[in-house]
Amino acid sequence: MILGAVTFSVFRGVPDQDGDPFGKMVDYTIELDEGMVVLDAIHSIQAEFAPDLACRWNCKAGKCGSCSAEVNGKSRLMCMTRMDEILEETPEGGAVVIKPMQTFPLVRDLVTDTSWAYKTDRRISPLSGPEDTDWVFSQQEADRVQEFRSCIECMLCVNTCHVMREHQKFDEFAGPRFFVRLASLEMHPLDEKSRIPEIKDDFGIGYCNITKCCTEVCPAGINITDNAIIPLKERVVTEFYDPIAMIGKKLGLRS
Amino acid sequence: MYHQFKELAAVDITKEAMEVGPTAHYVMGGVKVNFDTQETCIEGLFAAGEAATGLHGANRLGGNSLSDLIVFGKIAGEHAASSAKEIEQFKEIPESEIKEIIKDTLAPLSRDEGENPAAVVSDLRKMMQDKVGIIRTKSLLEEALTDLDNLEDRSRVVFGGSGKTYNPGWHQSLEIGAMIDVSRMCTLAALRREESRGGHTREDFPVPDHSHWGKVNSVISMNDVGEMEIGFVTYPPIPSDLKELLDSEDLQEEE
Ligand SMILES: Cc1cc2nc3c(=O)[nH]c(=O)nc-3n(C[C@H](O)[C@H](O)[C@H](O)COP(=O)(O)OP(=O)(O)OC[C@H]3O[C@@H](n4cnc5c(N)ncnc54)[C@H](O)[C@@H]3O)c2cc1C
Ligand code: SF4
Ligand code: SF4
Ligand code: FES
Repeated sequence: MILGAVTFSVFRGVPDQDGDPFGKMVDYTIELDEGMVVLDAIHSIQAEFAPDLACRWNCKAGKCGSCSAEVNGKSRLMCMTRMDEILEETPEGGAVVIKPMQTFPLVRDLVTDTSWAYKTDRRISPLSGPEDTDWVFSQQEADRVQEFRSCIECMLCVNTCHVMREHQKFDEFAGPRFFVRLASLEMHPLDEKSRIPEIKDDFGIGYCNITKCCTEVCPAGINITDNAIIPLKERVVTEFYDPIAMIGKKLGLRS
Repeated sequence: MYHQFKELAAVDITKEAMEVGPTAHYVMGGVKVNFDTQETCIEGLFAAGEAATGLHGANRLGGNSLSDLIVFGKIAGEHAASSAKEIEQFKEIPESEIKEIIKDTLAPLSRDEGENPAAVVSDLRKMMQDKVGIIRTKSLLEEALTDLDNLEDRSRVVFGGSGKTYNPGWHQSLEIGAMIDVSRMCTLAALRREESRGGHTREDFPVPDHSHWGKVNSVISMNDVGEMEIGFVTYPPIPSDLKELLDSEDLQEEE
């Protein structure tokens, strides 16, 4: 089955002298085949019209987290977004709109600079468990952090979060992706370190007002807000604001 | 796999049939290295992982690639580091050679027009699938060598678009040469190896020839006039302590 000719309106541009995106939307019309995803359409555009259209991708299987973009205004992985679904939501005769992630600095066309993620990752204390690496814990304990391990670091959640997108709190706020990482460390059955003070002060968890926009776009289906952020917020409250815990602490009953 | 079929094709593979097809999955064979150090015949150049050779024979045992690259990557890294430390003075690189490399690298950008590199890559892939694919014959392999000459001519005048920043068309233009080299090596070795073994199946020579081909490896190198040349080397007998671990079926080449 041929789906017919479809027009794509794709952002083409580079940063200007101030680093702000400078460019325009360019229309390309291509023939779609059955089973195509958005990334296939981009590859067709490159092969037919624009070999220099910049687009980052790697696995075409939703595993590497490289092909993040905004398709019809929504943050998605281009390789896991089916064209038949996109056409259903695109107005009749209208173009499919593809833009780079708007929260990160532009490199070119659909490619953005997400190096902030590497820097933020380095600020987090790694797992610190018993010296002897023959670690044993129950399946139930493993299940608890398993969900967080499925993060593919696509940064779609960070792209969507208003704390980043509207308020650019890149220095004060770790963003949903890193609360997922922090939760995986804090809830690890054998981890011996507490990162709660940093989560409150350096990673600014207080900025999150639980809008759940991050959870909505996560391609790995991680329940970011409910399972990672809220439990971390609760730990911060217990540690710093719970009167009984504070008395316990003063009396030396809790560390 | 369940997840991918479900998301991308709306097929529940636990209930419905799924389509299965062959694909290039791994390159068996690679740059010849010294098995103690992973150094190639070019002093100071090391290789490991899928790019190198030595571990897997005519077929790779599933799942053994990751262990390969971890073990031999470590060995390569250690020897590369210690050999780099011993260098007191780097060899002088002639200015003319540097200029030539820069010129070749920029050539696809300096043209105003030419074929889209994607078209050449697509034709190369299709040709290799059709003629050097799963079931091989002498006549198709010979045709493939001629086709590779034509593809090489086309690859020299491709136009990858403009701009040095994240330009996939430029990168593709620069890669085609290497893709054609590897394709030619595969074809040449497949043509000369008149038997079937592991991943190599010749319709005109359908059975393994343990007495001759079982004892030789193909080695391809560049001759004095810059052409690809194939030679054959024998390898030492398997040490007796390893022999004891193998089944008689695995020792047919040794007889
Ligand atoms: C679909 C699939 C499934 C697989 N499943 C398994 C499995 O289950 N188990 C298993 O053991 N193996 C598996 N393999 C094989 C295994 O994944 C690969 O053999 C292995 O990842 C190769 O690793 P490598 O580091 O040697 O090379 P690569 O991972 O290919 O790394 C090469 C690197 O070099 C970079 N590069 C290329 N050109 C340049 C250049 N000019 N300059 C600088 N950098 C460059 C590339 O970007 C890349 O990062 C699978 C392979 C495929 C394709
Ligand atoms: S729930 Fe919190 S982290 Fe997620 S998008 Fe909303 S404010 Fe950002
Ligand atoms: S949490 Fe989800 S959306 Fe965020 S980076 Fe990981 S996979 Fe992507
Ligand atoms: S290309 Fe890897 S996630 Fe899309």
